[in-house]
Amino acid sequence: MSQFVDRRLSGKNRSAVNRQRFLRRFKTQIRQAVREAVSGRRVADLERGEKISIPAKDLSEPVFHHGPGGRRVIVHPGNREFVTGDRIDRPEGGAGQGGRGGSPDGEGLDEFVFELSREEFMNYFFEDLALPDLVKKQLTAVPEVKRVRAGFVSQGNPANLHVVRSMKQAIGRRLAMSAGARERLREAEAALEALEARGLGASPEAEALREEIEALRARVAAVPFLDTWDLRYAHRIDQPQPTSQAVMFCIMDVSGSMDEQRKNIAKRFFMLLYLFLTRSYEKIDLVFIRHHTVAMEVDEEDFFHSRETGGTVASSALTLMYDIIRERYPSAAWNIYCAQASDGDNWEGDSPRCRELLLGSILPVVQYYAYVEIESEHPQSLWHEYEYVKSLYPQQFAMQRIRGLEDIYPVFRELFRKKVPA
Amino acid sequence: MREDTAVGQRRPISEGSDWNFDLLRAYDREIARVAAQYGLDTYPNQIEVITSEQMIDAYSSVGMPVGYHHWSFGKQFMAIQKSYKRGQMGLAYEIVINSNPCIAYLMEENTMTMQALVIAHACYGHNSFFKGNYLFRTWTDAEAILDYLVFARNYIAECEERYGEEAVEEILDSCHALMNYGVDRYKRPARLSMAKEQARQREREEYLQSQVNLLWRTLPVKEAARREQREERFPPEPQENLLYFIEKHAPRLAPWQREIVRIVRKIAQYFYPQRQTQVMNEGWATFWHYTLLNHLYEEGRLTDGFMIEFLQSHTNVVYQPPYYSRAYNGINPYALGFNMFRDLRRICENPTEEDRRWFPELAGADWRKVLDFAMRNFKDESFIAQYLSPHLIREMRLFAVVDDDREDQLEVAAIHDDAGYQQVRRWLADQYNLGQREPNIQVWEVDLYGDRSLTLRHFMHQRRPLGESTPEMLKHVARLWGYDVYLESVDETGEVQYAEECRV
Repeated sequence: MSQFVDRRLSGKNRSAVNRQRFLRRFKTQIRQAVREAVSGRRVADLERGEKISIPAKDLSEPVFHHGPGGRRVIVHPGNREFVTGDRIDRPEGGAGQGGRGGSPDGEGLDEFVFELSREEFMNYFFEDLALPDLVKKQLTAVPEVKRVRAGFVSQGNPANLHVVRSMKQAIGRRLAMSAGARERLREAEAALEALEARGLGASPEAEALREEIEALRARVAAVPFLDTWDLRYAHRIDQPQPTSQAVMFCIMDVSGSMDEQRKNIAKRFFMLLYLFLTRSYEKIDLVFIRHHTVAMEVDEEDFFHSRETGGTVASSALTLMYDIIRERYPSAAWNIYCAQASDGDNWEGDSPRCRELLLGSILPVVQYYAYVEIESEHPQSLWHEYEYVKSLYPQQFAMQRIRGLEDIYPVFRELFRKKVPA
Repeated sequence: MREDTAVGQRRPISEGSDWNFDLLRAYDREIARVAAQYGLDTYPNQIEVITSEQMIDAYSSVGMPVGYHHWSFGKQFMAIQKSYKRGQMGLAYEIVINSNPCIAYLMEENTMTMQALVIAHACYGHNSFFKGNYLFRTWTDAEAILDYLVFARNYIAECEERYGEEAVEEILDSCHALMNYGVDRYKRPARLSMAKEQARQREREEYLQSQVNLLWRTLPVKEAARREQREERFPPEPQENLLYFIEKHAPRLAPWQREIVRIVRKIAQYFYPQRQTQVMNEGWATFWHYTLLNHLYEEGRLTDGFMIEFLQSHTNVVYQPPYYSRAYNGINPYALGFNMFRDLRRICENPTEEDRRWFPELAGADWRKVLDFAMRNFKDESFIAQYLSPHLIREMRLFAVVDDDREDQLEVAAIHDDAGYQQVRRWLADQYNLGQREPNIQVWEVDLYGDRSLTLRHFMHQRRPLGESTPEMLKHVARLWGYDVYLESVDETGEVQYAEECRV
């Protein structure tokens, strides 16, 4: 007799553990593949889960098997033209005649292709990257507090009065305070009834009982309906919330000297940054500033996609950034990070001003400032000025040069490498 | 649901392609009734309805309903999932597990027709094969396999906790590589059950360790005694079961590692019959789903629509592309097996003069008894050698090609004609001989009193050399053995043709 079982609702994903084992084992190869995927692809594609291929030979499961050679007889079906004794040239790996000598896996593929989920892809991608020093600020900065419920208290302000709780309290108290009186009342009433039943309703004992009943009723009625003892107030306390809020300023040069290629590189750098940030921190504000001779705060869409041309005055962006910080992101409550991308080709008189702005107003309030110079032949004026800045703030200020697309990722990693506390 | 499913009733069981549990039961009852008429003897069935995702899961653990964890299953899973998602492959519509009760999976997405086909194929075809075939009866214990798999999974999980995932994985990798060399071909294995296994496991652990230590005792021996010892070979006879040898004699394995070797060995043994009876097993199941459903159709219990869908799928399964087709990938075991069983029935029922010459004892016999006998007492190799008829060789237009590396060209050695029938049959049977398909590698010698190295010997067949994976494989052997490992390929004259070594 057959037994039917509906298993459709019982666990799927039985292979999830095995899949994780696979990923763990081939971590190195997968990491390599992820890196290649990044350099060879449009960065915007990174948002999706990723198809990854790693060399099949690395993950083969070997068995003892026969190699080519020796003498073999193979029986094939579907003979059309052969008769016994025919001689045939060896086919060059053609379909069919190749026989069974092939790869032991049964699949002659060079690459093993599989898909990583977006989450997994990002994990490999951003492995051991973290915004510098976030932890420090997190723990030392004025903590944000959150009011949370913490039960009930007997004292408090009227606005927090908890009516239901207070009424419950009152009911209990009333029952307790009137219990003795009510019991005696019941006894007296019963006695009176008994007297009346015997026709002694007018006797002195009955009168006395009536008086007692009267008094007891008054006593029960005198128990207050609601007493100050009963009042309960909702209790709320301040729970410190560690801040992990950060703001990231992305500054990009879109001036005439930044040609398409360079803009492209800068865009990709910020896209990486953007992905990294949106993934790593729950609460993070992004401010996008692009500049040529004047700076403008724009939204993300405009930042990456619209085009402008003109000269370059980098200080305009720094000034704007400083204004925004003062206005919206008090440094006590926010971790401030900034990344600037430029070709370094700044208007000659402006570079010293940039340095002053950085040293005088910006670096004292930001956690970290990263500058990338893109595809410059040799260091430009801004670079020299910034080198001076770096010598003064080696911990807080970082600068790197990107020469081509393939540099983006290494530089990105270098800039945002997890800093191991010395 | 109707209860009155009397024989001879001419109403179809259902129309339309949707299934539900009542219909599944109705079909199962009808198929069971007909199967009983034909005398199929089966384990009770446990039929589980699962989703396609669960089917992928089941697939990737090589059909083990309970599996330990290993990355290779994850790799399998990802490969299947990918090709399934891209529509490169449909999932096979059935997995059936050789256990008692016999567990079969039905996929939720299938139509009623496909479910009925799977029930007939797996729950009555494969099931009766598992119960009847001598290899399965000898090598597997349907009662105990599920318990044993549970024991294996728990034991391995425990080891992972104690010794770390990586350490366990290393051992498993090496054991998996040697899995095909973990079977005793001539000894009947003992029955397994979880309770016994667990109780015995601890005893065995201590006992084994003491044995090994005795063997590898390092106390100095007198010179005379030593010379005497050198005369003795160890092992006295070459050993074909590498995993067994390693489990019992590897000097440096910890007890838990030995137990893992044993687990892999036992599982290899469980799958051993399946590898030897693919053609027969699939052929038998296909023959019976075809016969059972046609019988029901003739009774009027199945609609024409049902039959058309069924026949289309059946035809796909038993299609044998010819050698020159792009789709050709060797001989399709379903096609060969199905054709052979059908041909057997034909020989019994309508023998020709040729059949009477070739199979005098079969012509005119009761086909049910003949098929039942064939199913019970053969494996692929002997089944083909015994029953492949000239008629079928002609029908499939089989021909044999000799590929000799000393010749420039391939030679057609035999075709489907009077001169060739015997040879084609012999060669096709050989093709299914596991002993020939896999290199014959045995434990040759252990240098007990010297460097403790292990020497394996590959006995070459028809001068066929080992493949390129050999150095990698020796690393696995060396990992388990713990000391140097040598391998020699020896040709038919006893001359060493090739040697490889792996030093630790």
